[in-house]
Amino acid sequence: MTDANEAMLVCMRGIWKQFGPVIANQGVDFDLKPGEIHALLGENGAGKSTLMRILYGLYRADAGSIAVGGAEVAIHSPRDAIALGIGMVTQHFALVPPLSVAENIILGQERGLRLDLRTAEGKVASAAKRFGLSVDPRARVRDLSVGQRQRVEILKVLHRNARVLILDEPTAVLTPQEIEQLFETLLRLKTEGVSVVFISHKLHEVMRITDRVTVMRAGKVVGTTATHQMSPSELARMMVGQTIVGVSKPPRTGQGSVVLKLEDVWANDDKGVPILKGVSLEVNTGEILGIAGVAGNGQTALSEVLEGTRPSTRGRMWVCGKDITNASPDQVMQAGVGRVPEDRHESVIDEMTVAENMAIEHIDEFSRFGLLRHAQIRQHAERLIAEYQIKARPNDRVRTLSGGNMQKVILARVLERNPRAIVVSQPTRGLDISATEYVHGKLLEQRQKGAAVLLISEDLDEILKLADRVAVIYNGKIISVMPAEEANPERLGLLMAGVH
Amino acid sequence: MGLKLERQAAPVWVQPLLPVLAIVLTFGLTSVFVLLAGANPLRAYYHFLLEPLSSRVSLLEMLVKATPLLLTGIAVAFAFRGGFWNIGAEGQFLAGATAATAIGMSMHGMPALVAVPLMALGGFVAGMAWAFVPAVMKVELHADEVVTTLLLNTVALLCVSALLNGPWRDPISQWPQSPEIASTAILPKLVPRSRLHLGFLFAVFVVLVVGFILTQTTLGLRMRAVGLEPKAARFAGVRVERTLLVTALVSGGVAGFAGMVEVAGIHYRLIEAISGGHGYTGILVATLGNLSPLGVVLSALFVGLIDIGSQTVSRALGVPVYLGDVIQATLLLVTLAVLLLQNYRLSWRRGGAL
Amino acid sequence: MDAPLVGFLVGLIAATLRVATPLLFATLGELYSERSGVLNLGIEGIMFLGAFAGFAAAARAEAAGWDAYLWIGLLVAALAGILMGLLMALLTVTLGLNQHVSGLGVTLLCTGLSLFGFRLVFGESAVLPRITPFATVNPLPGVPVLGTILDQHLLTYVAFSVLVPLGAWVLYRTHFGLNLRAVGENPEAADAAGIPVFRVRTIALTAGSALMAIGGAFLSLAQLGAFTPGIIAGRGWVCIALVIFARWDPVRALLGAVLFGGVFALQLRLQAQGVQLPYELLLALPYLITIAALAVAGRNAPYPGAYLKPYRRE
Repeated sequence: MTDANEAMLVCMRGIWKQFGPVIANQGVDFDLKPGEIHALLGENGAGKSTLMRILYGLYRADAGSIAVGGAEVAIHSPRDAIALGIGMVTQHFALVPPLSVAENIILGQERGLRLDLRTAEGKVASAAKRFGLSVDPRARVRDLSVGQRQRVEILKVLHRNARVLILDEPTAVLTPQEIEQLFETLLRLKTEGVSVVFISHKLHEVMRITDRVTVMRAGKVVGTTATHQMSPSELARMMVGQTIVGVSKPPRTGQGSVVLKLEDVWANDDKGVPILKGVSLEVNTGEILGIAGVAGNGQTALSEVLEGTRPSTRGRMWVCGKDITNASPDQVMQAGVGRVPEDRHESVIDEMTVAENMAIEHIDEFSRFGLLRHAQIRQHAERLIAEYQIKARPNDRVRTLSGGNMQKVILARVLERNPRAIVVSQPTRGLDISATEYVHGKLLEQRQKGAAVLLISEDLDEILKLADRVAVIYNGKIISVMPAEEANPERLGLLMAGVH
Repeated sequence: MGLKLERQAAPVWVQPLLPVLAIVLTFGLTSVFVLLAGANPLRAYYHFLLEPLSSRVSLLEMLVKATPLLLTGIAVAFAFRGGFWNIGAEGQFLAGATAATAIGMSMHGMPALVAVPLMALGGFVAGMAWAFVPAVMKVELHADEVVTTLLLNTVALLCVSALLNGPWRDPISQWPQSPEIASTAILPKLVPRSRLHLGFLFAVFVVLVVGFILTQTTLGLRMRAVGLEPKAARFAGVRVERTLLVTALVSGGVAGFAGMVEVAGIHYRLIEAISGGHGYTGILVATLGNLSPLGVVLSALFVGLIDIGSQTVSRALGVPVYLGDVIQATLLLVTLAVLLLQNYRLSWRRGGAL
Repeated sequence: MDAPLVGFLVGLIAATLRVATPLLFATLGELYSERSGVLNLGIEGIMFLGAFAGFAAAARAEAAGWDAYLWIGLLVAALAGILMGLLMALLTVTLGLNQHVSGLGVTLLCTGLSLFGFRLVFGESAVLPRITPFATVNPLPGVPVLGTILDQHLLTYVAFSVLVPLGAWVLYRTHFGLNLRAVGENPEAADAAGIPVFRVRTIALTAGSALMAIGGAFLSLAQLGAFTPGIIAGRGWVCIALVIFARWDPVRALLGAVLFGGVFALQLRLQAQGVQLPYELLLALPYLITIAALAVAGRNAPYPGAYLKPYRRE
């Protein structure tokens, strides 16, 4: 251990972590100084969360070492991490909604028989006051807003005497006002000597409150520097890198007419809070419109509204002039919309066969008088399996397929109907390179055939590679639409971070 | 050391061995009770399983016992496959039996070709009606159908009891039992000098029809989709609520039909013990049969065999007849556990702190 | 008020408390199971087994001339309940099997075992075996009204004045109770906080099943002094509904048990008075009211978050 490292609170060296074929961390080094706010910046899938989950004991590294306070440590579980003074607030809060704030904070911490809530509430209240986290210790967590819940999570970490606070995308779910409050808290924690790791891909936030920044890309560290030495566009370039060119996009053939049209579409999330706030879009024949954005800005709701699985509360939608506002999935399909959703497991039935899944969307065409025509269903599946090079037999259960083959099943059942509009969401998430290339090729093929493709993706490379026009979604709104020629990583990165 | 379950599909050859494993385990476990009753387990199981199979009378009686179980079993299996947790086959059975009795009592002078279909229809519709409330409450109000169907079982039993102690009380004997149904409404015997009646064929026919619906129709495909993954089913254009409703109604109807068959085939009147748990045993039969029609047939016959076997073993060795109930319940629980091996692999892990 | 009416009401109240006692024991038992996230449909059978095991042990002990035979019976009933709780925990917690089918299986098993055991212990005698049941305790003998109402079994006093407050205290005012609620709502979060999810659920199921068995034993050891096949007659299912009715709260469970007990008692009283009414329909009333209540509560019933969900660590 060198002298330089002794000044560090946390030293991670040569961290490797592999999930199946995907290498999430490839020899990552990371240092954290006492009392600093350190940004971990990178795109989705860059390996930021994985690195911090290793530090918090949620994952175990395949190789590498971790030192805390100069001494090498082994962290096998969050308990070990907590004992070392490391706490983490993950994107999915680990709170028990019907319990009170104080109960959540002391959960699993205190021993003994009697639960002394009054004392606990007092402690929580004073801690809340000290760190500027205004929250009522007696309130039920289920009655709290997302921002307040996050404060409870932070208090929970601090209650366990953490020296290191890891925040995974803490602002993704907050309103601008709540973000301001969070920043105040973080600055106050810094003065109390707590180190903060701030995982983000929002440049302006990183610029505003962090002291140092480590940029990650594709499982590796690109660099670590003092934040004030960098400009947002320099960071954006580090974060995104150069776009990789695989299949190439042929030029567009002529000017298309409007196929898919959305006008001021609003929708609520499952809790009834508006998540889409007036989206207006047009997608033309033979065009791919890419929707770029940071996760959680309304992409999921947008695709669900178009798929017919989430009602819109306001606005209208048309396909080729036919009104599909609040149509059922059935009616949306009848109108000529093909749908490839974000979560593959929500569009196929794992325990049913490939053939059944390929037929179920249009089962009436595979039956007569309500009776299934098995031979036809089977032949249909055999044809698609051959045509789309799917490694499966018609009677295999979908559960047994790889992610790439599962996605091919979904693509096949959508594309064989030559849909006029296609809504595709995160089509290559979790797929390997060859499957990704295959999917990209198929989408471009549809574009050549004249389909209007709405491509929702958090993968900027994908958007830049495929889209003819790029729209950026932020906080439930489309804040900018531009031709692909004018789009570049820096410009999109700034827009995705809400910087106009 | 700790027990660890890993998700991993079992090889194909394992599947048919699982029921065998369950049966062996069950008889191993329950031999404790045979010993408690002072009998030799091997001898007991001879009388239990083999003796009934070697006599024509008890073979026929096994089919008699299996008749209502085929129907309640397939009713439950159908509902479970479609994602409706119908624990109310008992109540639907009673509703069907009551309606069938009411119709049967008023069929005097009517030909059998009118009386029997009317009773069957009445039983089916009454069972459907009894399942209707829980079904609508689940679809519209998200009320747990397990609780509502369970509660309605008791209500059905109380209604039967009210009828039998009130308006239907036998005027001559004053017993709590209804007057007999019309002679033409009685299901004819299949084999003379036995209790085996036409209802057995009805039951087999219904199982075939249900099997046909599940595998050969669009309704069956939609139902299975809803039962497996309602969200994905909705995405694929299935009308989930309507499908659930149909599932519940058909399941209730079949259970109600089972009630009609018991009235018209065995008792010829309504009595309080008309079901005696056939609805609950249907859940057992459905689970043992892994919710498949063929499985339901096999398990209904096996449960029928246990019913008969417990009587022969009781006569031969003085082991209480309730040993059969203990074996059935143990078999259910063991099967449930053994079915885990379809999708999981058990392994011992060192230091695996659960 | 005229004397017969007062007499009727006093009798009704006294009977209500008596009838509500086994319901209260079993409802609290179910409540604890469900609060940990496990629906225990074994309740009907476990009550039945408790009634049988308690009765059989007490009868044997009485025949052996032991004075404490009733308490021995109660203890044996509780042990039988614990055993079945452990079985239920093995099935639903350790193995993570379907809770509906497991619970019904346990009910069928307990029913079979009890009837089997009854034949083994008492043979096929035509005469129903009987014991001298628990005597009632009366703090105010001879006092009109209150003396009659308070003339209750010790177990009734225990249920109303000890069990309910204790149950609420444990649930809301101890660390175990906090852990239990957390495990039933969000086992992932509880696990992350270092709470042993499997152990907490097992304890809840086991203690809950013991309470159910004691509830059943109350019927054979205190109310009847005998064991009959119809001794439980769906009371367990009532308790499942009572838990929802009580919105998983011990104090509200007391109100629910009294309400149901009241209707049952009223029906008994009316029969005794020779009122010509289809009393079965009266009996069905509480069930129908509960179904109606479920229809209203349905969407808003505060089911524990992890209700029916087995927990498996990835």
